[in-house]
Amino acid sequence: MSEQEYVPKSKAGKWFNDRLPLLTLGAHLTDYPTPKNLNYWWTFGGILTFCLITQIVTGIVLAMHYVAHADLAFASVEHIMRDVNYGWLIRYIHSNGASMFFLAVYIHIFRSLFYGSYKSPREVIWIIGLMIYLLMMAAAFMGYVLPWGQMSFWGATVITNLFSAIPLVGDSITTWLWGAYSVDNPTLNRFFSLHYLIPFLILGLVVLHIWALHVPGNNNPVGIDIKKPSKDTVPFHPYITIKDAFALLVFMIIFAGFVFFTPNVLGHSDNYIPANPLVTPAHIVPEWYLLPFYAILRSVPDKLGGVILMFSAIFILFVLPWLDTSKVRSAVFRPIYRQFFWILVIDVLMLGYVGAMPAEGIYLVLARVGTIYYFLHFIVVMPVVGYLEKTDPIPMSISEPVLNGGAEPSLARKANDKV
Amino acid sequence: MIKFNLKLIVLSFLLLISLKPLQSAEMADPIKVDWSFKGLTGTFDRASLQRGFQVYKEVCASCHSMQYLSYRNLGEPGGPEFSEQEVKAIASSFEIEDGPDSQGEMFTRPGKPSDKFKSPYPNVQAATAANGGAYPPDMSVLVKARKGGANYIYSVLVGYEDPPPGVTLDDGVYYNKYMAGNKIKMPNNLMDGLVEYADGTESTVDQMAKDVTTFLAWAAEPELEQRHKTGVKVIIYLVLLTTLVYLSMKKIWSRVDTEV
Repeated sequence: MSEQEYVPKSKAGKWFNDRLPLLTLGAHLTDYPTPKNLNYWWTFGGILTFCLITQIVTGIVLAMHYVAHADLAFASVEHIMRDVNYGWLIRYIHSNGASMFFLAVYIHIFRSLFYGSYKSPREVIWIIGLMIYLLMMAAAFMGYVLPWGQMSFWGATVITNLFSAIPLVGDSITTWLWGAYSVDNPTLNRFFSLHYLIPFLILGLVVLHIWALHVPGNNNPVGIDIKKPSKDTVPFHPYITIKDAFALLVFMIIFAGFVFFTPNVLGHSDNYIPANPLVTPAHIVPEWYLLPFYAILRSVPDKLGGVILMFSAIFILFVLPWLDTSKVRSAVFRPIYRQFFWILVIDVLMLGYVGAMPAEGIYLVLARVGTIYYFLHFIVVMPVVGYLEKTDPIPMSISEPVLNGGAEPSLARKANDKV
Repeated sequence: MIKFNLKLIVLSFLLLISLKPLQSAEMADPIKVDWSFKGLTGTFDRASLQRGFQVYKEVCASCHSMQYLSYRNLGEPGGPEFSEQEVKAIASSFEIEDGPDSQGEMFTRPGKPSDKFKSPYPNVQAATAANGGAYPPDMSVLVKARKGGANYIYSVLVGYEDPPPGVTLDDGVYYNKYMAGNKIKMPNNLMDGLVEYADGTESTVDQMAKDVTTFLAWAAEPELEQRHKTGVKVIIYLVLLTTLVYLSMKKIWSRVDTEV
């Protein structure tokens, strides 16, 4: 990076910065040259950071009042809701915050898919991002167990039982996870411990994620490499900070709408029934953000097969940078891939929908079709389309859309407008 | 392009959702009631909450516990708002077990506002045994614990019917239009004129069902009024701040040749 060496103005600042270059880091973050054509889909990185901090802060306060014991957990949550000052607000922010976190992360991931942000040289950013996503799912799942309601208990039972599908050692692993012979108090205790740990692991990975981002710099809607700094870039502060702040505030309005006016709409009513190992709910469903994977799991008649397929659905994303054979990053210039991208979006939404429905009849058929398409998209469509597709002409820079091969400049401008 | 695809997504979603009614037909959809606590600025009807508490105390409380509520809650803002004297009187009408005292003995004393609602049975097992094997659920969060919420609770209370021909019921099982599977072990406890309302309101089954449901809705969400009030303020604040930040953003980005 061709940044000028930063020298603090004050003597004390210079003294400190020579020993720990925090001020240099601050200067790097404010001056960081960012493509000026980033659209609002790029604001979700900042929004996600906000979500993580919100979850950590509200979570720390909740942990001061929560009791991780099978006999007391449900009552302690009601204690938070009724007796702790603004406990209802803190808990509703935390529970809805998880949903908002996933909403933002899905938009963030699909943005990356559309604009090819996972491709060289950004593979490591992508992989770290997926690790964050995996940890998020683990944290969310364990967090959902903590209120010790019916869905907590039975959700935990279903998910931990998946491990029993592993040949030979499956049952031992499940018992080891439980710390008992069924989901019980030891399970709740360790889930609480891990639920408190994971967000800080995520925080560490977020630092790496941003660090890895700052090496090649941001991708952008046009998907081309740009010179930094140049006419194509703006300093991160104030241009991107103010734009991120605006997007974040719009996001917070939606967030507040959920928290204050429909705080339970994203949860399941059964979770206000205390956990009862003797009564199984009619339909055990995970939280909405895990539903597509739940649909994939249930689309396979064999338990082990379902588990393998479900985990493959996530792990296939790790090799995505190498499955995509196209040299062009942004789908804006990929007329064929663009269609398939939207089919994938519909496919995942459909899987989410059937994941909430009973696994029978038309829903099972849809789940199977959706699952097959999901894998086809990554294993077949991505490599093949990358080879065969005739991409649209790509501009040379963001500011001056000059074309490869000297075709019409108006075309490129049109392409840029679309972005 | 993107617009067209969004349409496609919306359409395919509508198609999917239209499939939904195929799945279950056995229980009737709950009656939709226009509750005063619905909507963005909804509040509880104070008089209805007080009447609802009376129905709860005189009818429901003989089987259903409400263990997460304290008597003091009855006097707190946003609830039935009984006066301090009334709350004390209500609390002291219950004999609460306390102790152990300095001799190691348990003893009973009149209730205080800080006491939790007294449960009708000492534990879940006793409650289950006394009610034909069906545990009368704790009602503290019942409205939140049922799909359909207040509408569902109200519907079940007024949904008792003679079983249709061909349906036979065991002893102690009743037919209810809105209950899952149409079978319920709670008898129809409400009949016209059952309680004598202190405020002179006529105690029809419908009136009592509405009042007690309102009371239960408050019990499940005692923060509802404060939540709505704070929410409106928060949203107004955020919208104003968003506008200011938007204008600042426009100003800052006007130095660059790119639209935001």
